[in-house]
Amino acid sequence: MQRFIARRLVITIFTLILVSLIVFVMARASGDPRTLLLDDYASTEMYDELGKQLGLDRPLYVQYAIFLGNALTLDFGDSVVDKQPVTDTILERLPATLQLGLAAFIFSLVVGIPLGILSSIKRDSFWDQIGKVVALLGQSTPPFWLGIMMIFFFAVMLGWVPPSGRWEWNSFILPAVTLGWFTVAANMRIVRSSMLDSLDTEYIKLARAKGVSETQIIWKHALKNAVIPPLTFMGITLGTLVTGSIVAETVFAWPGIGLLAFDALRQSDYSLLQGIVIFFALMYLGISLLVDILYAYLDPRIRFS
Amino acid sequence: MADTVLTTRGVAAPVRVLRAFRGLRQRHLALGVSIFLLLLVVGTGLFANWIAPHDPRKGSLEDQRLPPAWIGEKTTPKTVVEFPEPGLSHQQISIARAQRLTPTAQLGDTVNVVLREGGTSKYLLGTDDLGRDTLSRIIYGARISLIIAVITLGIGGAIGTALGLMAGYFGGLIDELVMRVVDIFLALPLVLVALVLVVSVGQSFYIIVGVLVLFIWVRFARQIRGEVLQLKTMDYVALAKVAGASTPRILAIHLFPGVINTLIVVATLQVSIVILVESTLSFLGAGVPPPTPAWGSMVADGRDFLADAWWISTMPGVAILLTVLSLNLFGDWLRDRLDPKLRQLN
Repeated sequence: MQRFIARRLVITIFTLILVSLIVFVMARASGDPRTLLLDDYASTEMYDELGKQLGLDRPLYVQYAIFLGNALTLDFGDSVVDKQPVTDTILERLPATLQLGLAAFIFSLVVGIPLGILSSIKRDSFWDQIGKVVALLGQSTPPFWLGIMMIFFFAVMLGWVPPSGRWEWNSFILPAVTLGWFTVAANMRIVRSSMLDSLDTEYIKLARAKGVSETQIIWKHALKNAVIPPLTFMGITLGTLVTGSIVAETVFAWPGIGLLAFDALRQSDYSLLQGIVIFFALMYLGISLLVDILYAYLDPRIRFS
Repeated sequence: MADTVLTTRGVAAPVRVLRAFRGLRQRHLALGVSIFLLLLVVGTGLFANWIAPHDPRKGSLEDQRLPPAWIGEKTTPKTVVEFPEPGLSHQQISIARAQRLTPTAQLGDTVNVVLREGGTSKYLLGTDDLGRDTLSRIIYGARISLIIAVITLGIGGAIGTALGLMAGYFGGLIDELVMRVVDIFLALPLVLVALVLVVSVGQSFYIIVGVLVLFIWVRFARQIRGEVLQLKTMDYVALAKVAGASTPRILAIHLFPGVINTLIVVATLQVSIVILVESTLSFLGAGVPPPTPAWGSMVADGRDFLADAWWISTMPGVAILLTVLSLNLFGDWLRDRLDPKLRQLN
């Protein structure tokens, strides 16, 4: 258990370092930040002064250490475009992103898990076929296109929901489906295969031989063990929901961090984008780490290995 | 199980692939259709300059936003008046303009006004906002997707296979090192990294390829390593060692042929992921720079015209969906034929 957690912790830290290194190196590669901050008439003294302020006169590794330290305390400096502190802008947009992520997460569970159970207990039936089609389409449909098509049908043609923005509850539906669509398919496949595995075990056969009713076998015996594999996957799911939000928020003009990243990309606002990337990476890696630890704690096979 | 492993391993890889195709007739329609579509995509991509009816980059301003060929023109009846009242221009038309359309129009008549022209056989799938032919752009987009897929799979597959072979064969420290790097790359949010690269150095073909290589080499390395771990315990490898074969020789001649099945399956399934990620980056404006047509950026181009020109976004998306769907169906089938063991891994 300790070894497992230690290993996961080390991987997380190294991934973070790699992300921050990429961001740092790219920031330096993109040119002198002073040319962005000062206008063409600035004197050499002003350049030197600003260079000192930004720490550009120090060796690169010191600059990186300062950058990393600031990043870990969520201090990403000011945006190049609107001069606001990047952290404030990100935190302001955080609730919208979290709400959307949660809605998509719930959608993927509510649809994916029952479909997975149904297709496993009624194998090769109509429901199993539906499940297979959903799984295949979930893997194959580009989410950004799905979102646009849903806007066309449900907002433009039928007028049932608003085409974009974050208004009443019904404005959540399309973005949540777009964001959760891929995860529905994944959840369904995992639940199905782990249910099939679990229905094939000796203790289920014993229960059947003892004459336990089929309903009891499914709900009391099989399902309990079948939900563990999808649980591990939920960590990854939550992580992809965080990063997948860029696409969903861009398509639906959802005022979250994902849309902020897209806007930063269009305006070439490097300081804002680097803040978002590190913030997203922290969130994504933090969630995965937490879920893995939780999982190790719940599953004795990992705890004692 | 052990027998089948031995027999398939005994045959040269191309023969094995051909054999796999022989069972094709028994499989159902979906597979046939998907293979047909894949051949179509590859064919159009390869021969884009002969097949495409128009130049994908040149538009004609007279042919902006024309619908696909099968869609007729859209008209609306309007009453001819002296001057249309403000706010009623959707029902009324001034006599001057009406007579320009039909010279015999009189006050009080009803004339049919064309709101949107119908599709023509000149542009089978319609045109976009700049009057460029959607079909030609999809055909050239297939070429871009193919080029990117081939290059990234070539580089990423080679790196991943080499590292996977070494990690699996040598074990120990090398294995530990490679696998931890794999873990790190699996946890890296690569779409975000791509955005950072694009903002700092600008949109380019090489960035897309670089990011996708980083994205897929790990998947090859992991799968190949697992395979090698099993293979290296086989007697023939030990015999080769005893016979004095050098390590590179064992890796290249004794182990590599054994993982070719896995390689083919992983590569097929990875192509679909490469196409999806590439189109997502293109959609976000971080893909191949315009005016090169890419499927993802074509979908983005049509976003603002959904209400009156839905085909601009729809058509390239259908191309992505059908290609990826076919790749997944084909890859699943290939996996079942060549390497059923992989099933549980996916």
